[in-house]
Amino acid sequence: MPRFISLIQVDEQSIATQAPDPDFEKRMGALFEEITKAGVMLDTAGLAPTSQATRLHWSGGRISQTDGPFTESKEVVGGYALLQVKDRAEALEWARRFLEVHPEHWSVTAEVREIQEGPSDPSELPCP
Amino acid sequence: MAVTGTDAVGTAGTGSTTAETVETVFRIESARIVAAVARVVRDVGLAEEIAQDALVAALEQWPESGVPERPGAWLTAVAKRRAIDLVRRGETYARKLAEVGRTLEDTPPPPEPADPEDIDDDLLRLVFTACHPVLSAEARTALTLRLLGGLTTQEIARAFLTSEATVAQRIVRAKRKLAAAGVPFEVPYGEDRAGRLSSVLEVVYLVFNEGYSATAGDDLCRPALCEDALRLARVLEGLMPGEPEVHGLAALLELQASRIPARTGHGGEPVLLADQNRARWNRMLILRGLEALRRAGEGPYGPYCLQAAIAACHARAVRYEDTDWAVIAALYGRLAALTPSPVVELNRAVAVSMAEGPGAGLELVDALTDEPALRGYHLLPSVRGDLLERLGRGEEARAEFERAATLTHNERERELLLGRARRS
Repeated sequence: MPRFISLIQVDEQSIATQAPDPDFEKRMGALFEEITKAGVMLDTAGLAPTSQATRLHWSGGRISQTDGPFTESKEVVGGYALLQVKDRAEALEWARRFLEVHPEHWSVTAEVREIQEGPSDPSELPCP
Repeated sequence: MAVTGTDAVGTAGTGSTTAETVETVFRIESARIVAAVARVVRDVGLAEEIAQDALVAALEQWPESGVPERPGAWLTAVAKRRAIDLVRRGETYARKLAEVGRTLEDTPPPPEPADPEDIDDDLLRLVFTACHPVLSAEARTALTLRLLGGLTTQEIARAFLTSEATVAQRIVRAKRKLAAAGVPFEVPYGEDRAGRLSSVLEVVYLVFNEGYSATAGDDLCRPALCEDALRLARVLEGLMPGEPEVHGLAALLELQASRIPARTGHGGEPVLLADQNRARWNRMLILRGLEALRRAGEGPYGPYCLQAAIAACHARAVRYEDTDWAVIAALYGRLAALTPSPVVELNRAVAVSMAEGPGAGLELVDALTDEPALRGYHLLPSVRGDLLERLGRGEEARAEFERAATLTHNERERELLLGRARRS
């Protein structure tokens, strides 16, 4: 069964100013329970805001460092869910349910990516 | 970053048809739909047919009307309505009417939307019914994978290297047998419960083992089957959080599964625990396994918790040399006391040989050589060969490895054993 990571991207600046409705956490709790009970949720977490983050960049043989918040990016990764499901369609269905729990006026993106399984040694990867 | 993001959404988001959405939603929801309907009609076979009818209805209606806001609830509602209609009309199911009709008149139809607790209860009833001891282990396994694992008959057939017709027939017979035996659609409580629970856990354990150490065929391991079993174990954990052995089983399977990437070499040959590259063990599964074992509580441990505790000892050892064999031997001792079996005793012998030396292990193994249950079991000569080799008795070791090679049904394992015979 393939594994998918759903990278949740949010607009930090707008979310900071728009409080969710009081039932939001309850809906999210119920959904997480449902996903877990379906036996598909392997791991999930929300991330601390990018004001506490650091980007390290390797380029031209040099490391450069940028401290957050990353205001130049509209959406940043705010959390993730690691799912093991039968196929991509099932992963998308769970991502859809996850998004629908959020307040209507929010803007949230779930980027659903399949985990590349198999050999970790790059020389063993099949040729594209 | 932005470009890749747009691209990914563009290809995936708009590509799926309504029919695909229907099928995906149905697959996710089917166990719960069958469970909810079975509570009404009290027959899992009939419930599955009715759930299929709801699927057909969705395939007909959704392309026109659009996907409903809560597609799972829609499917469940349609299926339940149909179930109640069928039972009331009693056209085709007159027999059912006699059983259920009165109950339906006395009590109003179940409320909708259902409370999550009720759904869990229905699912649990389905679990216990599909794994009822009136069914053979094979029938229980096929029915559980079909009703709870969401596997198609074809997928089950492929997993067990048998024909689709055989599996289909097995499932039909199992449903008939449940109906004929009048198995109630209930969660057992009281005296019955422990035995019934172990019947459930056994099914999941058997599915996992069939994948983990394939008893037939060319592959040593069929990970897809292990994953199906793991998913079932995780579902059971959610349904029965108060049962330590359910957590124990989940822990055991997570921990065993963590070693799958290291258990076979590049050519598909088996790699023994001692030789495994532990960097290839799946850390996340190990952590999940240890966490599940923690949820099982302080004990006293049942057989699955004990086996999980043994697997946890291996998982915690960064190198093979770090393995705490004395603890493992003691855990096998407790397991042997709880569920005495020659196979457990053989495993204990291995652990004792590592903790106290090959001589101590051989003494235990030699006590097992006349055990009828182990006659034809390749691991007995295989272990004995290993102990003899460590004691420097190469001639005898070779004979044991050769004997083990003739007994195994797995090609890969046979090659490994013959290789050891040549080297001893």
